[in-house]
Amino acid sequence: MYFGLDDDALALREGLREMLATACTPATIRAAWDGDACEQLWKDLGSFGVPGLLVPEADGGLGLDELAFVAALEECGYAGTPGPVVETLICLPLVPLATDGSARVTVMAASGGTPYAGIATHVLDPSGELHELTERSVVETVDRSRQLATFDADPMPVDISEADLARFERRGALGTAAYLLGLARRQLDLTVGYVKTRQQFGVAIGSFQAVKHPLADAVVGTEFAWPAVLRAAQTLVDDEPDADLHVSMAKALASDAAYRMSRVCLQAHGAMGYTVEYDLHLFAKRTWALAKDWGTAAEHRELVAEQLGIGRDS
Amino acid sequence: MDLRETDAEQAFRAEARAWLEENVPHGLPSGDTKEGFALHLEWEKKLFEARWAVVSWPEQYGGRGASVWEWIAFEEEYYAAGGPQRVTQNGIFLLAPTLFEFGTQEQQDTLLPRMASAQDLWCQGWSEPGSGSDLASLKSRADKVDGGWKLNGQKTWTTRGAFCTHLFGLFRSDPESERHSGLTYFLVPLDTPGVTVRGFARLDGDEGFAEVFLDDAFVPDSAVLGGVGKGWSVAMATTGSERGLTLRSPGRYLATVDRLLELAHDRDLDDTDTQRLAQAWMDAEAYRLFTLQQVSNEKAGRGRPGESSLNKLFWSELDIRLHELALDLLGPDAELEGPWSKGFQFALSGPIYAGTNEVQRNIVSERLLGLPRK
Repeated sequence: MYFGLDDDALALREGLREMLATACTPATIRAAWDGDACEQLWKDLGSFGVPGLLVPEADGGLGLDELAFVAALEECGYAGTPGPVVETLICLPLVPLATDGSARVTVMAASGGTPYAGIATHVLDPSGELHELTERSVVETVDRSRQLATFDADPMPVDISEADLARFERRGALGTAAYLLGLARRQLDLTVGYVKTRQQFGVAIGSFQAVKHPLADAVVGTEFAWPAVLRAAQTLVDDEPDADLHVSMAKALASDAAYRMSRVCLQAHGAMGYTVEYDLHLFAKRTWALAKDWGTAAEHRELVAEQLGIGRDS
Repeated sequence: MDLRETDAEQAFRAEARAWLEENVPHGLPSGDTKEGFALHLEWEKKLFEARWAVVSWPEQYGGRGASVWEWIAFEEEYYAAGGPQRVTQNGIFLLAPTLFEFGTQEQQDTLLPRMASAQDLWCQGWSEPGSGSDLASLKSRADKVDGGWKLNGQKTWTTRGAFCTHLFGLFRSDPESERHSGLTYFLVPLDTPGVTVRGFARLDGDEGFAEVFLDDAFVPDSAVLGGVGKGWSVAMATTGSERGLTLRSPGRYLATVDRLLELAHDRDLDDTDTQRLAQAWMDAEAYRLFTLQQVSNEKAGRGRPGESSLNKLFWSELDIRLHELALDLLGPDAELEGPWSKGFQFALSGPIYAGTNEVQRNIVSERLLGLPRK
C-alpha cells in the first residue's frame, strides 16, 4: 500500500516548479490579461513536454498517466499559468496537433463564449469537430486572462469514441480540480508571507488568532481535497468503474476548498489585497472562474448523490 | 500509488470480518454509566481472548503485530460490523503508544498485558480546574519522598474516571519550575490511599466524567514514565496519538455515514438534503484518503509538523456535521433520546477534548504554516 505520487511524478513536479518560477511570473499573467498568447511560456511548456503529457510517446508525447497529469497541473495552477492548459493536455490525445506548445487547444463551451478562445489556436468541440481559429471576438470576463471569445471557423470532423469522450470529460474536471488546488496553494503562500510581515498594533498580523484560525480552516479544506484528486486520478489510470464518482468528489471538494481559500486570503490581506496592483487577485479571479468551470461543486455533489443512489427511492 | 491490499492484508481483513460478524454484541447500553461499563468490559475481555483487542501490539502482549494498514482495516471492519465504543481506548490508544516509546521494559511487561486484557482500566489525568487548554499551568504536585513521590492536587473532566482503576497524568515535580519544565508523567493506581474519585454527569447526562483528588497519595519511583522532569515531552507524544489517527480511525465515520444513508433511505429528501448527504459521504471518504496519504508520507519520511492537528480539526467537525444532518432528517423526533441524539451530544465534545480546536488551529498556523506565536 502506498497512497501518493511516485518518485517520477514528484520529480516532474519539482522540475516544473523550477521552470515556471521564471517562465511564468505575475508579469506573464498580466500580459495574458492584455490578450498576449504568451507564446514563449508555451514554448517552454512544450520543451518540458507538458502539452503532450498524456499523448503516447510514439505520437510525440510523454505518455504519462493521470497521476503525473494532476501533479503537473497542480504546479501549473500554482504559477497561475495562463491559457488553456488543462484543455490542451486533454485535447491533444484526441487530435493530431503539435505537442511542442505551438498548438493551444481549448474546449468549445456549450453556449456563449468559449474560454481561452481569444488566445487559443484551436477549439475542440467534443461532439466531433475541430476548429482552427482565425477570427474571434473576445467577451469581457472578470479574469481577463480567461479570454472568453466567440469565433467563426470551418470545422474539421474528428472521430472521438464514446470511451475516449468519457475519459476526456473526466480528465477535464479532474485536471481543473488539481489546477484549483495549485491556485489555492499560491494564494496561501502569498498570504502567509504577507501576514508574517504586515505590522499592525505593533505586531505581525499573522500572530492574531483572528487571522490564523480562518487560514487554518481553509488549509484543512485544501489538504483534504488533494487526496481526493489523487484517488480520482488513480481511478482513471486503472479505468475503474466508479471513476465518475471519484472525479466528481475531487472537483466538488477542490472547488469549495479553493474558493474558501481565496476568500480567507483576500480577507487576511485587508485593503492591500483589494487592488489590481497586488498579485493576489490574479489567482483569486482564476479560482472563481475555475470553481464553476467543468461543473460547479453543487453539480458534482448531485452527480455523487446519483452515483450513490441517494434520494433514488423516495 | 498502490492501493492494493497484499494477500496477507486481505486475509487479515477477512478473518476480522468473519469474527466480528459472529461476535459483535448489539444494543449495549452506553459504556459511560456504571451498569453499561460492566457490560462493555465483558466485550473487551472477549476481544482480548480472541486477540482482537490490541491488533497492532506485539504478540507477547496480546496483539497480532499488525501493520498500520492492517490496523486501519481492522478498524473499518470493527465499525462496519457495528462494534461498540471501546471503553478501554484511553489506555490502549493513548497511554500504550507512550509506554511503547518511553516505558521501561518492566513497565511494559507489567502494564501492557493487564491493559490489553481490560484488567487495568486507564483514564487520563491532565486537565485541572484551572488548567484546560493551558495545560502547562497545571498545579498538581509531586513531592519527592523516600522511595517514591507524594502526589497532591486535583484532576478533572477525567473520562470514565469513576469506572477506571488507574490514572496517567502530569504533576509538577519541581516546585521551582514553571510552565513546561519540571513536570513528570506518573502512572497512578486509583486505589492508592489518599486518592478520591467523584464521578459527575457530562452534557448527555451519563456519569462519564470524574474529578480525582490526590491528598498525599504515595506512588513508588517505578510509577514515573519517561524520566523525572520529562513529563511535557512524554505527554506531547500522547497528544499526537490522540489528535491523530490512533484515536479516531476513518472506519468510525465511514460507518456513521452508512447509518446516515440508511436513515435517509425511505425519507422524502429535498435538494438540500441530497447535497448534504453527498457531502457527508465525500467528507468521510476524504478522511479515509487523507489518513492513507498521511501514513504513506510518514513511512516515506515526509511527515509534516502539526499534521495530526489537521486530522483532529477534520474528524471533530465532520462528526458534528454528520449528526446534525441526521437530526435534521429526524425533524421533531430529534429530541427523543436515541442513538443519534446521544451521538450528537457526544460529537459536540469532539472540538473540545484532546486539545480544543482553537488550540489545534494555533498549531496548524504556527507549526505547519510558520506564523508567529506572538
